Amino acid sequence: MWRQYLKILKTGIPTESVRKILRDPEVERLGAEIKRKIDKRFAGSLSIREVDAGSCNGCELEIHALNNVYYDLERFGVHFVASPRHADILLVTGPVSRHMEEALRRTYEATPDPKWVIACGDCAVCGGEFGSSYASLGAVENVLPVDVKIPGCPPTPAQLLAGLLKTLDRI
Amino acid sequence: MNELHATLENAGIAVTILPPLPPGEVWQIPSQDWGQAAQIAQSLKWRWSAGWGEEIVGAQRAVPRYRVNALLAKPGKYLLLRTEVPQDNPQLPSQAPYYHAADRSERHTRDLLGIHFLGGDTRRWTRHRAWEEGEFPLRCNFPVAGSRQEATPPDVAYPFLQTQGAGVYEIPVGPVHAGIIEPGHFRFQAVGETILHLEERLGYVHKGIEKIATGRDMLGLCRLAGRVSGDTTVGHAWAACMAMEQATKVEVPRRAAFLRAILAERERIANHLWDMASILNDIAFTFGYYQLGRLREDVLRTNGKIFGHRLLMDRIVPGGVAVELDNAAVRYLDREIDRLRRELDELVTIVDRNASVGDRLYTTGVLKVEDAIELGCVGYVGLASGQDLDVRRDRPYPPYDELSVRVPVEQSGDVGARFWVRYKELRTALRLLRQLLERLPDGPTRVDLAVPEEGAEGLGIVEGWRGEIVSYVRFGPDGKIARFFPRDPSWLNWPALERLILGNIVPEFPVCNKSVNGSYSGVDL
Repeated sequence: MWRQYLKILKTGIPTESVRKILRDPEVERLGAEIKRKIDKRFAGSLSIREVDAGSCNGCELEIHALNNVYYDLERFGVHFVASPRHADILLVTGPVSRHMEEALRRTYEATPDPKWVIACGDCAVCGGEFGSSYASLGAVENVLPVDVKIPGCPPTPAQLLAGLLKTLDRI
Repeated sequence: MNELHATLENAGIAVTILPPLPPGEVWQIPSQDWGQAAQIAQSLKWRWSAGWGEEIVGAQRAVPRYRVNALLAKPGKYLLLRTEVPQDNPQLPSQAPYYHAADRSERHTRDLLGIHFLGGDTRRWTRHRAWEEGEFPLRCNFPVAGSRQEATPPDVAYPFLQTQGAGVYEIPVGPVHAGIIEPGHFRFQAVGETILHLEERLGYVHKGIEKIATGRDMLGLCRLAGRVSGDTTVGHAWAACMAMEQATKVEVPRRAAFLRAILAERERIANHLWDMASILNDIAFTFGYYQLGRLREDVLRTNGKIFGHRLLMDRIVPGGVAVELDNAAVRYLDREIDRLRRELDELVTIVDRNASVGDRLYTTGVLKVEDAIELGCVGYVGLASGQDLDVRRDRPYPPYDELSVRVPVEQSGDVGARFWVRYKELRTALRLLRQLLERLPDGPTRVDLAVPEEGAEGLGIVEGWRGEIVSYVRFGPDGKIARFFPRDPSWLNWPALERLILGNIVPEFPVCNKSVNGSYSGVDL
């Protein structure tokens, strides 16, 4: 047990300031403002439901990274939830495969109002490498109203963080 | 190989030996003997590795026919069995009664190409409702855009196995799961907390990869292959490029082969770190999750800094690589190996000595050795259940022909075995990475590929981080792709989850699932 505590002490807190992650003073200003907004309007907690509607799983890897110790998304009061019924925001990845079309619609319907939709990654933004076909509907906006788009293949955690902060700025 | 040939001939099966498709030999047999050939190969302990169908038209064939392929393997040997069926009566005996691994593959071929395998499972697999029964997207006359105008209804009528009896209940899970994870459906039958039966239903992220590959140029195919499964972008891109290079008879420069292997081993390292972290997360050992997740992020950041992409997408290109390493970068990567080893030594000691971690990992989700043989499991799933397979050692491709790869094998087949096999593979990858950096030769990193002639084909087989990846490419006119089939190792490992979960309790499902970590995108295509 002492080894574990020693390792925890040695590791310290590697979480990085938004300034270091984004190297963009504008976004850091957003960071502070948004924290205030979330505290005020969402009682300190904003919930995101991630929906893979057909992605290659690259976007999921980078979304996971947002929760690692460096990015620590929860410090802004933002966290990923297990059910759309608990969500304020749907973060949708992938071109929408036709086999996921109805599941995505139902997830959207299960999300209480007010709600926002973020299209995450090139496929969700414009269809990406897969585009539209017999199997794919392409961009998320072909199925749901989209509020914010975060391009990238996949978007890096820094780009995801900037995109999320900008979304929150609009809310 | 000779034994199989003799046994087939003795059974009255006419074998036509076609020009080889390295690393495989190619034999054509009559379609009515397709099932019996599988029975014989199975009895001679050949492993079923991959299967796909093709429609061959144009200058290559006056009367269009369908060609069916099954790749069989023994350590170090590959045999591509082929047969043809006429377009007006596309049916042949199934291989699934002898090879469980052929089941979903044959159903996929039937759903997309309309070839019927008699004696196999008649239920649909990849098809939900995006196209109708009787429509076959991979046929040349099926338009890429499809014909559906209205919204696609959900596939509610899939005939899952039904159980009956006192106290038996059903738990449907998915396609949208609770975590940040790909979509798929799991149907549990349980009594109390104990799982009696699990049935997987995938196909939700079917994106028509095989169809939209047709007509692409080589670079376009390489980009698509790099997105068959995002976590295996290096593995699939390498396999597809290997197939294209073989079809154009080009050998990549030695430096390019080394750089590809550096990318592949780094992909293995990042994914194994992440899987180990996630397994620990699923048993609520969050210390391990965050610590190993931190190391994974370090590796991804180095990827971004040195190679320009955190997941290494589009770094492998036809004819070589699109990256270069100077001396400073080599030193940087080398120092990272030492740092990772030091950290892993500390962390793994902590994990190993934690009794509650052991309590959850050992004897949980056991895949018996005989089940692993029957299902043909590969990669860490196979290795943890006694399947001593690794393409890098058994059928080495450059640069692994210059290196020695140690392959860890365990017999217990539980979640713990799959955890430790990953750890040992990770250490092997670090050792290989150091050797690759030390011996990195000078020279060009890319050669141009000539335009291949129509009908040229190639087979690429590499060891991805999940196990053996098979990629098949055939060219049409003007150097454009006529057929692309990527076989992710998940095809062979997904069915293992249905077996190893039996008798476990429902709350153990997440960690059992994670210990297999099949790719949904990689099999849905």
